[in-house]
Parts: sequence; C-alpha cells; structure tokens
Amino acid sequence: MLYREALNNAIDEMMAADESVVILGEDVGRYGGSYRVSEGLFAKYGAKRVIDTPIAELSIVGNAIGMAIAGLRPIAEIMTVNFSLLALDQIINHAAKFRYMSGGKMTIPLTIRMPGGVSKQLAAQHSESYETIYTAIPGLIVLAASNATYAYYGLKAAIALNDPVIFLEHELLYPMEMEFKPQENFDPFKAEIVKEGKDLTIITYLKMRYDVLQAIPTIEQTLNITVEVVDLNSLRPLDMSTITQSIQKTKRVAIVEEDHKTGGYGAEVIARISEELFYELDAPPLRIAGQDVPIPYNRTLELASIPTPKKIAQKIIQWGRENGL
Amino acid sequence: MHSARVEKFYYLMKLGREFELAAKEQYMQGNIAGFLHLDIGQEACSVGSMQAFDKGDVFTHYREHVLAIARGMDPKLIMAELFGKVTGVSKGKGGSMHLFEPNLNFYGGDAIVAGHLPIAVGCAYARKIQGEKAGVFAIFGDGASNAGAFFESINIAAAWKLPLIFFCENNYYAIGTRIGWVSPFEELYNKARNFMPTKRIDGMDVCEVYKAVTQAKEYIENGLGPYFIEAETYRYEGHSMSDNGKYRSEEEIEIFKSRDPIINLKKRAIAEGLVTPEYFDEADQKVQKVIQEAIEFALNSPEPPINELYEDVYCKECTNVIP
Repeated sequence: MLYREALNNAIDEMMAADESVVILGEDVGRYGGSYRVSEGLFAKYGAKRVIDTPIAELSIVGNAIGMAIAGLRPIAEIMTVNFSLLALDQIINHAAKFRYMSGGKMTIPLTIRMPGGVSKQLAAQHSESYETIYTAIPGLIVLAASNATYAYYGLKAAIALNDPVIFLEHELLYPMEMEFKPQENFDPFKAEIVKEGKDLTIITYLKMRYDVLQAIPTIEQTLNITVEVVDLNSLRPLDMSTITQSIQKTKRVAIVEEDHKTGGYGAEVIARISEELFYELDAPPLRIAGQDVPIPYNRTLELASIPTPKKIAQKIIQWGRENGL
Repeated sequence: MHSARVEKFYYLMKLGREFELAAKEQYMQGNIAGFLHLDIGQEACSVGSMQAFDKGDVFTHYREHVLAIARGMDPKLIMAELFGKVTGVSKGKGGSMHLFEPNLNFYGGDAIVAGHLPIAVGCAYARKIQGEKAGVFAIFGDGASNAGAFFESINIAAAWKLPLIFFCENNYYAIGTRIGWVSPFEELYNKARNFMPTKRIDGMDVCEVYKAVTQAKEYIENGLGPYFIEAETYRYEGHSMSDNGKYRSEEEIEIFKSRDPIINLKKRAIAEGLVTPEYFDEADQKVQKVIQEAIEFALNSPEPPINELYEDVYCKECTNVIP
C-alpha cells in the first residue's frame, strides 16, 4: 500500500462513518490534494465536506477551530510545516489553550496534517522540520507517521481524539510502497520496536527510520553488534516506557532526527533519558541531527545538511568504537 | 421601541456599568489582578447587540464582561472569575479576558487581537452546512480591523456567503494608537464595503444598535451572506487599568460622555413616557443588590485546589496517557 493511500483510506473511512468529519485546506478538493492524499474525496463527499480554502494558513486552522467548536471534526491540511508558521497563533494561542483557559468547557477535536522535512531541492522555505515547536506546547498532541500502518491507524485515532493533534507526515514518503500490517488494539501513543537488538538502541521517527534501517547492516557488521531500532510514532506524549525497556537491555542510545540539532526534538528525548535513565547508560548518548543551517537548494549541500545512511553509519561506528562497542 | 424592551436595555446597561465600576474598585483593593479591560461607555454596543442577537454563536474580544452579562452569564460567575476563584466561569484559569460558556454559545474573550475572527468564520461555515439559520456574531475593535486575520476573515466569509455578523466597535483607540494614525480612514466600514453590506451606526445609542443588529440578523438568517456593522463608541476608562490615558484630551472624553448611553436612554424613555421614573429607581436598587451578591460570592469562594493546575490540559481519554 502506498503511504498516501493509507492516509486517504483513513480519511475516507472516517468521513464515511461520521458526517461531522470534514477536510479543508488549499487544493484538497477539486485538485485532489497537493500530494494526492485527498484524491477522490471531493467526488465522494462533495464541496461541503471537502473544502477548498484560500492559501491563508492562519484561516485554514482558525476556520477549522471554529468548525470544531460548532461540533464538526475537521481535518486541516497544511501544504508543509513551513507554511504552518503562518498559523502558529491559531494553533498555539487558540487550539492548544481553549480547553485550559475555559476551565475544561471547550473541546477542540481538530487534526492538522502536514508534511515536513527535506524532499528534493525545495530550498529553505519548503524543507524544514518543526516538530520541536509543536512538541513544546501543552495542549497539543504530536504524532509522526513513518509508515502506512501508522499512517492509517494513527490518523484514524487522531481524527477520533477530542484534542488538537498535529499529525506529521513526510514528503518523500507519500509515493512509497509499504507493507501494511493489520492491527488489533492499536495504541497511537505507543512506539514501535522496528527491529530488535541487544547492544544499542537507535531512536528515530518519520523518514529517518528508513535511513537508519539502511545504515544498520554496516553498523552491525563493522562493530559486530546487534542494534534495536525504536520508531517513536508519538512525539507528544513520548512513550518513555518502550524507550526505558530498550535502554535497560542495550545500555546505549542514539537518536537520529532530521531537524536541526540545536533545540531539536532529539534534545528533549535525550534530556528525558539523561534524567530518568542516567545510571542505565554505559556510554554518553549520541545525537545525529540536521546541521544548524537553513536547508540549502544545491543537492550536494542539501544532503550535507541532514543525516544520510552513510553518515549515520559512520557516526555511530566512530562513537561505538570510542565507547567500548 | 417597546417599553419592556427599553426597561431591559436600561437594566442590563446599568448592571454592566456598575459591574465594571465594582470590578475597578476590587482591582484597586487587590482582589483582582492582571489585565482588566473595562467596557464603561460602550455598554450600548454590548447590550443592544446581545439583545438582538439572542440565539446563534458569539465570538468576542477581551473587553467582554458586559457582553457576557447581556448574553445571560451570571455576574457572580464572572466576578468570581475575575477574582481567580474556582467557582468562576472558567474555574479561575481564564480570568477577565477568557469567559467561556458553551451553554450560552459564548466563546471568548479572546486576547489575541483579531484572533477570534477566523474562528467565527469557521463556526459560521459549520452552521451553514448544519442548516442552523441563527449564524454567528463576532465583535471586535477598531484595532482588529488592521490585522491580517480580519482581512482574511471578511474575504472568506463573503466568498462563501457565511451567516456571520461582523460587529466593529470603533472607539478610535487601539490602546493609545488613534485609528487614523494607522488606517487610511477612520470610518472602518470602508474596509468591508466591497465584500458585504455595511452600516455605520451610533454605538452610544442602544436602540440604534439593537435595530442594526436585528436587521443584520435577518439578513444572515436569509442566507444572503455576512453583514458588517461599525458602531461608533468610546471607552471612558483607559485601555486597561494600567493605562495612563495621556493620548486623549479631556475635551474629547467629555464630548462622548455627553452621549452617555445609559443617561440618554433614561432621559428619552421618561420624556417619551415609555418608562416611569419609578422603574429606574427599582432597577438601580436591583442592580446594587446583584453586584453586592456577586462581590460577596467572589470573596467567599475558595481558591482552586493546586491539582487544578494539571486539569483540563487534555481531554480525559488523553490525560490518562499524557504525563
């Protein structure tokens, strides 16, 4: 199943089951979605529920909040997380705070879907990853779908939740063919053990999952170890129990993320691990992240700005050797 | 105008004014803190609009105590909220600027200037597709009419013919900035007139506000799209309690005070024989009693327990999993 098909199926099924579910955003209707996620929905559900909006992100999210207040369950699509910065006031000052400021009287069942990350030479205003902003906001739930299974079940869960959810996707994943694994008792807040191992835990999410998996054979053969890979799925809340169980076994941890290293999401994960699992660790944690530069256009520079399978392998092998692996 | 209606206007405006004066006094005594934006002078806008727009959804800015009272919120619950008490309408977590009551379809105050307008637009969209005719009322000040969110909102509301009344209270000052310094004109209906019907009214006259909102309500209920009202009004007090007011002349303030909505309504009602002078005395006494009860309720209410700090961040099913 294509990743974008998994998202489409999730939206389609939720819209079929509950007529209060609507989707809005730029080009989601007649055009079929910038990444074809909403393809076919306009013909099936009509203009009232598949809503073409102006390119005005503040209003896309603000309108969606108003729809949620009126009893709808809106899915707002923002073309990329870079554009969501225009909607930050609505997301943070309004969606995230209404329940609290009203003493629990307001409920905002809102899903904001958007892709982030480096695609291919789209330059700095289309390529950043801003999970670090959203994961820092009380009142928001932040989910990150790296695969078709989580895209399908995670998005359905997000739409059903009675709180605002930031649902992060990745531009390079949309056309990828992926294995779909039917789930029972799906928990959107649970991390996935992608691969078991006993000597090192690599934590990752979104597209970096695939870069990590590509790097694993080199790492395992060179260091003669086995590596455990944890895909977080949910960034807020963070599934510390899965992380804890893995680190108690492996005693070493690295995080691989596409956003900038300084103040990046990995900094929070490593801080939590340092506070809660310091005495479990046999080595200082390792962060592999994007460079602290805006993403450049030139392909060589662009690839130099983010982790790649080769760089991940090199950094982990070097760090492993320095730390007794 | 029907005499019972005039009596109700007077009672609510008087209640609103006395509420604000009491809040000011309680602020001075240290029982209320933070930002306190008083509606004194603007009561005709709050009362006239809410009396006319009596169904539908209301989205408001942060100068909303009197609007909330006029919508039917209990002054006790508002005063307790200003005191930060757990009995307040928002459990003491919102304060003066955030009086939410979904049971009254009253959402706000919103303290981000123009931030509530796109939300009102979305609500109006939902009401339209739900077939709810009553529509939505959004009140905002002259300052909000300069914000991007305002222009996006009039554009979308007009493009989609949404049942939404834009009610602009033009009191000429965004804190200390005169509207004419930052807008090409001071008559703000000009900003909306290519998008929807507009009307500029005397916002110091509660009957005129009531009539204009009634007319706008009929327009939106007929599915004709949004409607824009600009009400000229004036706040006698500063922007908030921390405002020194140096940017306005005494002369200007006196001109508007001579148009006082409460005094003038009373004069007119007596002169036209609509309401007996005795009614006003009774109403004033009732107002004093309600205010006194509100203050006592707020004073005697408990502080929120400390565990309230962690409540209401997420819904119940999410709270269980989120640390």
